[in-house]
Amino acid sequence: MARIKAVFERLQAQGRKALIPFITAGDPDPRLTVPLLHALVRAGADIIELGVPFSDPMADGPTIQRASERALAKGVSLRQVLMQVTDFRADNQQTPIVLMGYANPIEAMGVEAFAAAACAAGVDGVLVVDYPPEEGVEFAQTLRRYALDPIFLLAPTSSDARIAQVGALASGYIYYVSLKGVTGSASLDVAAVAARIPEIRARTGVPVGVGFGIRDAATAAAVAEIADAVVVGSRIIEEIERSASDKACANVITLVADIRRGMDGVAEA
Amino acid sequence: MHDHDLPDASGHFGPYGGVFVAETLIAALDELKEAYAAAQRDPEFIAEIDYELKHYVGRPSPIYHARHLSDVLGGAQIYLKREDLNHTGAHKINNCIGQALLARRMRKPRVIAETGAGQHGVATATVAARYGMECVVYMGSEDIRRQAANVYRMKLLGASVVPVESGSRTLKDALNEAMRDWVTNVAETFYIIGTVAGPHPYPMMVRDFQSVIGRESITQMQEQCGRQPDAVIACVGGGSNAMGIFYPYIPVAGVRLIGVEAAGEGIETGRHAASLTAGRPGVLHGNRTYLLQDDNGQIIETHSISAGLDYPGVGPEHAWLKDSGRAEYVSVSDVEALAAFHDLCRLEGIIPALESSHALAYAARLAPTLPKDKLLLVNLSGRGDKDMHTVAEKSGIKF
Repeated sequence: MARIKAVFERLQAQGRKALIPFITAGDPDPRLTVPLLHALVRAGADIIELGVPFSDPMADGPTIQRASERALAKGVSLRQVLMQVTDFRADNQQTPIVLMGYANPIEAMGVEAFAAAACAAGVDGVLVVDYPPEEGVEFAQTLRRYALDPIFLLAPTSSDARIAQVGALASGYIYYVSLKGVTGSASLDVAAVAARIPEIRARTGVPVGVGFGIRDAATAAAVAEIADAVVVGSRIIEEIERSASDKACANVITLVADIRRGMDGVAEA
Repeated sequence: MHDHDLPDASGHFGPYGGVFVAETLIAALDELKEAYAAAQRDPEFIAEIDYELKHYVGRPSPIYHARHLSDVLGGAQIYLKREDLNHTGAHKINNCIGQALLARRMRKPRVIAETGAGQHGVATATVAARYGMECVVYMGSEDIRRQAANVYRMKLLGASVVPVESGSRTLKDALNEAMRDWVTNVAETFYIIGTVAGPHPYPMMVRDFQSVIGRESITQMQEQCGRQPDAVIACVGGGSNAMGIFYPYIPVAGVRLIGVEAAGEGIETGRHAASLTAGRPGVLHGNRTYLLQDDNGQIIETHSISAGLDYPGVGPEHAWLKDSGRAEYVSVSDVEALAAFHDLCRLEGIIPALESSHALAYAARLAPTLPKDKLLLVNLSGRGDKDMHTVAEKSGIKF
């Protein structure tokens, strides 16, 4: 909980925005996950979203779906994902990790047991895609008892009442889905996003990250001008997908570092 | 008027049901909820559905006393609610008419659907043709291979059939893909879900549209037998035909409600689709319900000879009816269902769907244990023409 808040405070003092890359745990191989997490940090990640693979990722597009399938084919479970976070924490105590996934693997473990294990592993926040605020009240309370930030989604279609509802539950940051559709969708209308961010920030009092459809440094830079954080997912997964496994870390560093430079260039200007 | 006044305002049936979807779908579901509530209060909408069900679907479907089958079984009398006689050959059309008319009211020119065996896809393609709507049906590539005739049927009716290559390439993956389409094209698209599952208001809405089966049954049993049956028996995959016949009977005392799941090759083999019998509660496809899942909460592949029952979840209202004890859930294997299929063909001259054959198989198990004056009402949810290939294959016959 403290780590995410500290990151946003530090960046604000520096006049910079947070870069939040997403990868799916266990993709393409469980042995690569911890090295990839460290690579993302080296490339300039401020917070990392780590996807927990699920057999039926309804809100994801084909790219993240395939990543989930590759991880599940290697037998990656929620318990293993938590072990990977523990391993990462042995060498990194600064970079917050947010687990992102679907409700069923967590409910299968038991919400309380999961929260305790995630806290012990060094997880900082949890985003459950299919827990909207009306189904996520108890879950958010449980997370808070274990010093974990409940991260929620908001969408262009979210009403003012819902924004307030999410604001009452969320801490850490809010993930604003920048367009209609699933993860990895094509394009993003920066102007339309810009129109919503200030009111969300005002109504929730929590930093706002923007994701869905951010595929390059230029878009990331444009989004960094208006949001507190930029989330990049499918584009990184694609890079991992087309890299030989011994090149994946290096290629991800090149990609993410480029996005980082784009964002910082804007912030410095 | 109804002591089972569920779901509550937030779509829950006790601990089950709900709205477990990403934020991106919430506005669409809210719009649907409002439109459905308004339509239910509109006598014109109700009258239009009634007209279509009568003149286009051919309702009411009769109740038929299967005397020969009852005599052979030597116990309780078996009555069949003949949903197989509906236009398109199954109960699925009842729901599709309702949702398509709602889509038209909401001025959505495009409808999408998921389908497993193709029955709901055919019913959706049918109503889309009837009301002049664009229609896209998502179907697992594995199911497309197994159900070539139904794929062709949908195309004849003007629908596009999109193969789904993700996951197990079956019904659950088609449902995931249809949801993705909906969230992307929500302004002009209405998603016609085929069963009593999914996020609220779908389980309630599909149940309401299918309840015509149970309402007719109550009237018809009174007319034909002077009383209500001792038990109502229906097969359960997602559970729409069962919910349709059960729902009006929930407040009727003395009527047992028995849902029959697919035990496939046997519950003990793990190759089955019996979510209520062998599953645990979890969250999938927008609702909390009983699911077939592994210890890590991943959804597992199911098996049934009947593609329409081959689904790892079940409607949340069935989960509630199971826990509350108002309904009982049992299971029947592929072999038992096939035997019941052949019996109905030969003894009554009716070729039942393999789905409905599960309900028939349980009736055949139950009837001999009861006296001859007891009445069992079996929902014959569909006809078996679509299953010719499967049954022939099992009998070692090639066309």
